Amino acid sequence: MLRVKELTGGYGATPVVRSVSFEVEAGTMLGILGPNGSGKSTLLKMLSGLLPADSGKVEIGGRSIAEYSRKAFARQVAVLPQLQADTFSQTAYQTVALGRYPHQTGLFAGWSDADERAVQKAMDRMGVTKYRDTEIEFMSGGERQRVFVAQALAQEAPVLLLDEPTNHLDIAHQQQLLDTVRRQATENGLTVVSVFHDVNLASLYCDRLLLMDRGEVAAIGTPDEVVDERKMERVYAARVRAGMHPEVPKPQITLLPAKEPEDRQEIIRKANFSVSREYVHLNSRIPLMAVSSAVFGAGAGWYRHFVNRKVDADYSTDDAGTEMRDWLDESGFPLTQTVAMMTAAMTEDAVIGEYGPPDAPIFICVTAGVGNAVDASLGTDRDAYAGTINTWVIVNGHLPEEALIQGMITATEAKAKAMQTEHVLDPLTGTVATGTSTDSLLIAATQRGIRYPYAGTVTELGKAIGRGVFECTAEAIRRYRKRKANLERESR
Amino acid sequence: MKKIRQRKTKQPAAAYMVSAAMLLLALWLGVSVGSVKIPFQVLVNPEADEVAANILWNIRMPRVVLAGLVGGSLALAGAAFQGLLKNPLADPYTLGVSSGASVGAVATLFFGIGLFGAYTLSIFSMAGAMAVLLLVIGFARAVDRSLKMETIILTGVIFGSFLGSVLSLMIALTGEELRQIISWLLGSVSMRGWKYVWMILPFLLIGGLLLWLCRRELNAMLFGEERAHHLGVDVRKRKWMILGGGSILTGSAVAVSGTIGFVGLVVPHMTRILWGSDHRHLLPLSFINGASLLVLCDLVARTIISPTELPVGVITSFIGAPVFAFIFYRQRRKGAARHA
Repeated sequence: MLRVKELTGGYGATPVVRSVSFEVEAGTMLGILGPNGSGKSTLLKMLSGLLPADSGKVEIGGRSIAEYSRKAFARQVAVLPQLQADTFSQTAYQTVALGRYPHQTGLFAGWSDADERAVQKAMDRMGVTKYRDTEIEFMSGGERQRVFVAQALAQEAPVLLLDEPTNHLDIAHQQQLLDTVRRQATENGLTVVSVFHDVNLASLYCDRLLLMDRGEVAAIGTPDEVVDERKMERVYAARVRAGMHPEVPKPQITLLPAKEPEDRQEIIRKANFSVSREYVHLNSRIPLMAVSSAVFGAGAGWYRHFVNRKVDADYSTDDAGTEMRDWLDESGFPLTQTVAMMTAAMTEDAVIGEYGPPDAPIFICVTAGVGNAVDASLGTDRDAYAGTINTWVIVNGHLPEEALIQGMITATEAKAKAMQTEHVLDPLTGTVATGTSTDSLLIAATQRGIRYPYAGTVTELGKAIGRGVFECTAEAIRRYRKRKANLERESR
Repeated sequence: MKKIRQRKTKQPAAAYMVSAAMLLLALWLGVSVGSVKIPFQVLVNPEADEVAANILWNIRMPRVVLAGLVGGSLALAGAAFQGLLKNPLADPYTLGVSSGASVGAVATLFFGIGLFGAYTLSIFSMAGAMAVLLLVIGFARAVDRSLKMETIILTGVIFGSFLGSVLSLMIALTGEELRQIISWLLGSVSMRGWKYVWMILPFLLIGGLLLWLCRRELNAMLFGEERAHHLGVDVRKRKWMILGGGSILTGSAVAVSGTIGFVGLVVPHMTRILWGSDHRHLLPLSFINGASLLVLCDLVARTIISPTELPVGVITSFIGAPVFAFIFYRQRRKGAARHA
């Protein structure tokens, strides 16, 4: 357990660290963040006893660090430095064994079994046992850093201090190192304090964060309290966006590059759409931010190619995603920049409507087959039939995430209304259908130009989407029925 | 510093055995070879040949033992300086510490100081060594805080040259009586007798003990003073012990034999290449091998152009300077490759 009270100090007359207080519980990890020169490394030097405090104190295990002898202190606190410059070469084993120095007291202290066990355990834990007799100078940066972690672990100190431990390491080694350190805290109850350069790594691995600004504590708390857009922008003086990690409930920040002058000419026009017997294709020169329930490229992402592919009514495959991927690849679409849906309806019957402001229009593109129309409200069991309504909403404008979601709601409601108006019935229940069982929806925006904060049904954008989806869906259903009627007449 | 290899030191027994065998061989060659050949049986049975026994015990043996103690002291000091400064080119000679010791020694003769009896020369020699060592490190640190290899050596050269002039001045001022000092300055262990062995021995034990107590700390300091601090080393105290130990060893060696260069550079370097840089073994092994080297060098010095004797410092420099050049070349090449 580490407790810091009103700690002030530095190198000269003006203190670099001013009146810093915090506590770290055993088994938890505190990350110290801050811009260059904010005093975070100086603070760590004071915690490790390298730099005496002008005032205030640091307590470890309830005792002030000034009361410990050098060796006794090293039995309480192990420090992992930044990646070392090379020196006279030592083998990995010799390096790790030095971690036992503070435990060898007395004039003729020898190497005990406990020492040997601690070294073995530390080396095993860091996976460096196989390098036992290798000189560390011949190791890669990542391996060498692991040897130094093992050295620190061999000290068997309850407190571990780290100074930007992942500097100069590649991402795999960063992950390995921090996973290990994290485990030391969680499983062995170590108190860990680490200076971080990388806000996202700190947020991901630490229980609590301390944000330093010009020698003082700017914020202290859990990662979601500290990794906040406004706090980060103020302290680091950088433009950032904060968001959530995709798999772990920890905030992450993203740098926003300086904005390039926007190319006003770059908007999506009707000419970007092409329709053939095989597919409907929207080709954009700039990537669009898209959210969709497509077969390929589903979810959120930036894409330049949007494909709605016609498949036969008896199309069947075990893995539609892979089949679609192969087809896209063969057809020459760049896989990383393409979203693709599929439909059994005739792509030639696709309806493409243009709405909203003429200089930055909103496009709605719908293909419809209602062979297996469903009244969703009844949730009846049924066999799947061919037939799908695929809807694209393409916006020349800037939409935040909430507007994208509102846009999807509006589009879905408009589609249901079109089903009702066209009187499409669920063949099983005889009630009015709300859609088909395999409908897909995509909403994409250029994320430049007009800002649309919302896309609810009463907003400008919402109105355009609502009316557009309704009209286009209704028209697509009529075209589908007409073609079906013609087919039936011919076959008769 | 960089390319010094590290072999397994798990079985140091072999290293000690080889080194000890070499020392015994060197000692025997040292006492037996010369204008008068000494047969082995004289060693065990002095009555067999009284003349040979007399030469053996009163002339050859003290000389060989002194050479061994001086060589061992210098190598031990060199190993400690190299470890502390993380500088493979450091040794009492290149750091200018030997020059400081010489000035201290010559000053006692010049001013006729007799404060500590028989040990006066040694004590002033040590004081000179310590003073110059602190000045060199202090000056180098003021020039460049990271104490780069070249900075320290260049500082050592500057101080060495200056102290050389001080010596020359003192010698010039004293006139005839101190002419013999010149040959002493070139480094020699000839015609010293057992008295000189007793003069160096206590200081060797003290200096050696100081360094031996810091063997583990020297290992930790190879990773830098900050790292050593974090491993629990009381860096300030240990630095004083190591600098003090090295100065005592250098000063007492210079007091009995003058300035013998490069032993402290060559021996630890070779020892490290062969058996690694763990100071628990590097220190004693450097001592043993330093002793062997100087005994052999002295043998060469007195036999190569017999009956004339060369100062042993000439032979050690003959070996040491090229080794110095080689280490320097390799360090710089490696540094250049790393920064490329």
